[in-house]
Amino acid sequence: MSKITYREALNQAMCEEMKRDDRVFLMGEEVAEYNGAYKISQGMLEKFGPKRVIDTPITELGFAGLGVGASMAGLRPVIEFMTWNFAILALDQIVNAAAKMKYMSGGQYSCPMVFRGAGGSAARVGAQHSQSLENWLANVPGLKVVMPSNPADAKGLLKAAIRDNDTVVFIENEINYGDVGEVPDGEYIIPLGVADVKRVGSDVTIVAHSRMTGFALEAAKILAEQGIEAEVIDPRTIRPLDENTILASVAKTNCAVVVEEGWRFAGIGAEISARIMERGFDDLDSPVIRVTGKDVPMPYAANLESLALPSVLDIVEAARVACGRG
Amino acid sequence: MSAKQKSKAGITHDGLFFSEESLHEMHDKMLFIRRFEEKAGQLYGLKKIGGFCHLCNGQEAVCVGLEHASEPADYMMTSYRDHGHILARGSDPTAVMAELLGRAGGIVKGKGGSMHMFDIEKNFAGGNGIVGEQVPIGLGFGFSSWYKDDGRVTICIMGDGGINQGAVYESFNMAALWKLPIVFLVENNQYAMGTSLERASAETQLFKRGISFKIPGMKIDGMDVLEFEKKMGEAMEHARSGKGPMLVEAMTYRYRGHSMSDPATYRTRAEVDEWRSGRDPIARLQAQMIEAGLATEEHFKQKDKDIKKEVAAIAKAAEAQPEPDAAELWTDIYTDPIENAYPYPGKVN
Ligand SMILES: Cc1ncc(C[n+]2csc(CCOP(=O)(O)OP(=O)(O)O)c2C)c(N)n1
Repeated sequence: MSKITYREALNQAMCEEMKRDDRVFLMGEEVAEYNGAYKISQGMLEKFGPKRVIDTPITELGFAGLGVGASMAGLRPVIEFMTWNFAILALDQIVNAAAKMKYMSGGQYSCPMVFRGAGGSAARVGAQHSQSLENWLANVPGLKVVMPSNPADAKGLLKAAIRDNDTVVFIENEINYGDVGEVPDGEYIIPLGVADVKRVGSDVTIVAHSRMTGFALEAAKILAEQGIEAEVIDPRTIRPLDENTILASVAKTNCAVVVEEGWRFAGIGAEISARIMERGFDDLDSPVIRVTGKDVPMPYAANLESLALPSVLDIVEAARVACGRG
Repeated sequence: MSAKQKSKAGITHDGLFFSEESLHEMHDKMLFIRRFEEKAGQLYGLKKIGGFCHLCNGQEAVCVGLEHASEPADYMMTSYRDHGHILARGSDPTAVMAELLGRAGGIVKGKGGSMHMFDIEKNFAGGNGIVGEQVPIGLGFGFSSWYKDDGRVTICIMGDGGINQGAVYESFNMAALWKLPIVFLVENNQYAMGTSLERASAETQLFKRGISFKIPGMKIDGMDVLEFEKKMGEAMEHARSGKGPMLVEAMTYRYRGHSMSDPATYRTRAEVDEWRSGRDPIARLQAQMIEAGLATEEHFKQKDKDIKKEVAAIAKAAEAQPEPDAAELWTDIYTDPIENAYPYPGKVN
């Protein structure tokens, strides 16, 4: 174990996988000579050379497609989007090509590759650079969607994603990049599709992913002071979703709050709460509550920005309502 | 010297006459933009401006030259490096500063910040944060002028990095196909973040990028405001006269990093100095005006003091404004507001 940042954990995962498998390469804007816009690929050009760590022009659609083709031809691309906001330009290749290639080709071709980069809301960068789009991607059959909330998960999940035989959308969190945590050295793999119980509790289940996991844990601390023990579950993989872990928790607590940074309308919380309702209805004592970002484009002004985002206190309040202590 | 022989004072550059008055105006505008950007940099350092903040120091001649070569009715749109352009267009500088500070009186009510400034009255359509995004949008403005036959030209600005986006070529093709009145202007400051032009572009002579679409190209010194205005004027004329689009490459340089958070270690000091002290557009125009006997060193010194004072007052006035009202969170999403909030039991969200 060593204490490293979320950023370093991602770097370690890529370096280890590139050492292990020479089909793996990293490509994206500013990943090589600049060491990555968010310094995720620090030192990788030096380690692996310009054939395996490659700077591209600002042409998201083109280099995403390059990744699709290269993976079909037997390589294992890791395609970095500087942020997921820019991956929107590449959605055709992600959604229409990578996600469906196996299906369309009757299983002849597949796209074992990772599309990764920073997602979620950032700080004061406005509507085009601050948004959570995981629900868009999780909606597409053929894609796996992974979102680590701490350094150890970042490493274990990214290694699994790179080894996965399908296309993995790996959404990091820009604000979490500097977070420090204990990360196992060397071989450490977290299978995709397995949720993690980040805190054990008996009174209310809080499901939260990515940066919101940290918010939920903070909320749980406050709730504990008020005599409410919250169980915090991080799905880690949005698709496939480990609903069994969530349902087992709800069976114990009989109520749930689902937290997400993204928009409420047709969001991840809508999916999770529907699943709890469909399969855990008898266990529920109260309706599942969603705490989400407001359904507005992200404003720049500081006061409006904080109003647009979910807060720790929003989670506390929702949890109290859910378990009948509101 | 031919300028001095003219009865009316001014400078003739490459056959184009610039009156004393217009020279002063161009100079003052460039200097204003320079000082405004420096102030923005300062306020960013004090964390009063947040997020990303892309300054255009060094590129002022492009902002001002192109403004002088165009008509107020002409449309303009650019990337996130937009402060200089919107100021050159004549938008209220206090509103621009208030936007940077996220205040209620900001040019887009504090909703956009540095990268997303718009001014419909000045026909300025952004301020766009996604690289290359403004290019197809510019195509649409050009199309509307063709459709309405309104005599307007669209100036669609992009960077040397942005020009590589695929959508740019789709736009080039349609603009040329339908002979739309558009000037595609590439601000070639030679870097897209940390990637130099040579490392991103197979053809580095960007003005040639329209050749296969039959779009004529022109390369201009973007550090010389007189040269820039003259050539840009020709490009505008070409587009306005119905001959279709034109591609202009302005050779320029940004003195600062890509944004306030970029230390720009990928450039050598010597390179920056060569542009900064050797080719600075403001110093250059000052020298030309002094040589033509139109102004003195003292005049420019005083001018600089005045402009610095003016900018300081603008910043102060902008800072004094309140933050936007909380209710603004829910406005401007739909024209006719629809229900956006979904209260859960016990809470109105
Ligand atoms: C589609 C997209 N990809 C990536 C980015 C991140 N990014 C912002 S600015 C920039 C460099 C653009 O350089 P250039 O077009 O040369 O313009 P300049 O900054 O030099 O004015 C990049 C890669 C973005 N905003 N949008």
